[in-house]
Amino acid sequence: MIRLRFSRKTLGIPYAVFLLFFVIAPMFVILFYAFTDRENHFTFMNFVRFFSDPTKLSTIVYSLVIALITTVVCLVIAFPIAYILARSKMKRKFVILMLFVTPMWINFVLRVNAIRELFNWMGLLGETNYFNTVFGMVYDFLPFMILPLYTTIMKIDNSLYEASADLGGNAFTTFTRVTLPLAMPGIMSGVTMVFLPSMTNYVVSDMLGNSMVTIIGKFIYEYFGTDWHMGSMVALVLLIVVFVSTWASGGFKAEENARGANL
Amino acid sequence: MAEHIIELQNVTKYYDDNLVIDNVSFYINKGEFITFLGPSGCGKTTTLRMIAGFDVPTSGKILLHGKDISLLPPNKRPVNTVFQRYALFPHLNIFENIAFGLKCKRVENTYRNADGKEYTKREKLSKKEIREKVEKALALVDLEGFEKRSVATLSGGQQQRVAIARAIVNEPEILLLDEPLGALDLKMRKEMQIELKEMHRRLGITFIYVTHDQEEALTMSDTIVVMSDGVVQQIGTPIGIYNEPANTFVADFIGESNIFNGTVVGEKKVRFCGHDFKCVDDFEKGDAADVVVRPEDIVMCSPSEGDLKGEVISVVFKGIHYEITVKVGKYEIVIQSTEKREVGDKIGMKIAPDGIHLMRPNYTTNLFDGVITKRNTVRFADGEFECDVTQLYPGSHVDEEDYLVLPSGEKLDLTDTEVTVEVGLNDITISDDEDAGGTTGHIISIIYKGDHYRIIVRTEEEEEDFVFASEDLWNENDYVSVVIPKEKIKLTLKHPEEHKGAGAKAEVQS
Repeated sequence: MIRLRFSRKTLGIPYAVFLLFFVIAPMFVILFYAFTDRENHFTFMNFVRFFSDPTKLSTIVYSLVIALITTVVCLVIAFPIAYILARSKMKRKFVILMLFVTPMWINFVLRVNAIRELFNWMGLLGETNYFNTVFGMVYDFLPFMILPLYTTIMKIDNSLYEASADLGGNAFTTFTRVTLPLAMPGIMSGVTMVFLPSMTNYVVSDMLGNSMVTIIGKFIYEYFGTDWHMGSMVALVLLIVVFVSTWASGGFKAEENARGANL
Repeated sequence: MAEHIIELQNVTKYYDDNLVIDNVSFYINKGEFITFLGPSGCGKTTTLRMIAGFDVPTSGKILLHGKDISLLPPNKRPVNTVFQRYALFPHLNIFENIAFGLKCKRVENTYRNADGKEYTKREKLSKKEIREKVEKALALVDLEGFEKRSVATLSGGQQQRVAIARAIVNEPEILLLDEPLGALDLKMRKEMQIELKEMHRRLGITFIYVTHDQEEALTMSDTIVVMSDGVVQQIGTPIGIYNEPANTFVADFIGESNIFNGTVVGEKKVRFCGHDFKCVDDFEKGDAADVVVRPEDIVMCSPSEGDLKGEVISVVFKGIHYEITVKVGKYEIVIQSTEKREVGDKIGMKIAPDGIHLMRPNYTTNLFDGVITKRNTVRFADGEFECDVTQLYPGSHVDEEDYLVLPSGEKLDLTDTEVTVEVGLNDITISDDEDAGGTTGHIISIIYKGDHYRIIVRTEEEEEDFVFASEDLWNENDYVSVVIPKEKIKLTLKHPEEHKGAGAKAEVQS
């Protein structure tokens, strides 16, 4: 009989292989395509073309604005729900939380189609394209905002609210100086989980925006039909935008990871 | 007369359907160090929380300087709390934690405008004022220079000090402390006890302290409020409570005690452990009494000189004294003495009259409201017991159809008859087997009485108490079933006059 012994290091090998082949290598492939032309010669042309084309730049701006609005709306809707559910002593609150989250389990395309039909019936399809897009995204991504907020707020010790009231804080001070800062890790991870897909998930914008709303993800998709090199460049730019915005919002801080709700 | 800073008037508190505070009334003098003492679940923390404003009384009033503050939110009360697990804000550093209350505070400043008219403005404290106050508070708890540290880097004792500083920096009229030393080790706790006492003296404000540690309460307090089961058992000075406990609960909870069942046999004379002792309490001759003797009040002597004679069965060294257990007949008596004895020694014991405390027994019998069922059993205290229903009507008997037949031949259907059930203190036994008895409950109290234990079992739904004597040792919180022999259940009709009508009705039915 063969005795198998795994050290922690050997257990890590499959993951390392996975990361190498499916994360790191593809990134280099993108990098390679972004800075080469069709004859595979090194070039900055894609870069220059991208930043000298007003349509491409405005698409980036549009994508950012749509993603931003979606994220803010999600946050505004999710925070009160998460707060109320997390703090209520209700026995069946889990059921309510599940109701908010269950749409995630229903096929995404089906859900978006349903909204599309609804808008069509209301005569909004093709009329209010940006509104429709944001509405669809908020509907789709709301659970990703509620869940991390709920878990973070759940973890806030009730005695901290009492301490704040005891020290003279009214409801508003308690919210701004205790609840909000302590919920920040949850807010950050919720924001990350909503903001990124809203930049790239063009299925929603295509179907609900009646193909009149182009977001950056759509762009990448279209280029990969014709020009891999330009597509890679757009993907690279998106990666940098996302990286910078995550870094700026402090999403990489180890301390906040330690608080548990970050992903 | 000292001013009453806080007064509770008939305060009752329910959590959902659970009664946690049962009609409590007392007052607290200004400047006092008062301690709420009791076992967990006795309602001491709830009382504190109602004074802080975190909980609202279900009924009754809480007065501050004579004004009703029962419904005032915590941020409007001149009261600050040191929480059980400190409740320091993890996202703020030490300075910000302590400054939290000061930043919420608004003070009225009077100014003179250009026309020479005075006007007042509600303003925040200046940065400088806040800094000075925080530094002063940190100095008071010996944590100078800790301003920039984060909460997570502090030890338990340091966090405790920050919590105290955060409360007293607001200059409250009353400081509430909810088991603040519970999480500290013994040595640290002793040090903090002395420091808190010293802080109380220096600040001159009222301290309300909650603890389950009787030694802590005796060490620190001016006044102790002993609570149990949502009821105040006794209020008094530490010396008063220790020397003159109001009942067996207090005697058992505060310090070590020997508790016996006694009978008053003459003027200031009581009989227990098979001997008549002189005492100082004057009870009616023939009365039953609970007798409390502190272990240090029993003096050992030679067997010939002693009022009681016995054999030493255990000796435990406790540091300052020996704890010596002596078997006297069927009784066990605990003695604390600096003199050593060996196991097996025959010794005599004497007790001075002022070492013997008599108390009215809390319980003399068990009374319940019950209902007779179809099968002629009686239902009470969440359970159903076999009983002899013929005792309700002398000379009656039960026929094969479960009717009660009176001597006159009249048939009675006793179903749903309301009765009073009485069970003596010696007529109850308990069992591990849940199905052995008529009802089940948890043991909520055990007090050793020299030769037996007095046990109280409380049922879950109706929260009825069974009080009884038992030779066997059980544990608090044990889940047991209550066994009462059929012949020991005494029944009396609640409404004897009404029942005649019911009997007539039964006859019509049959």
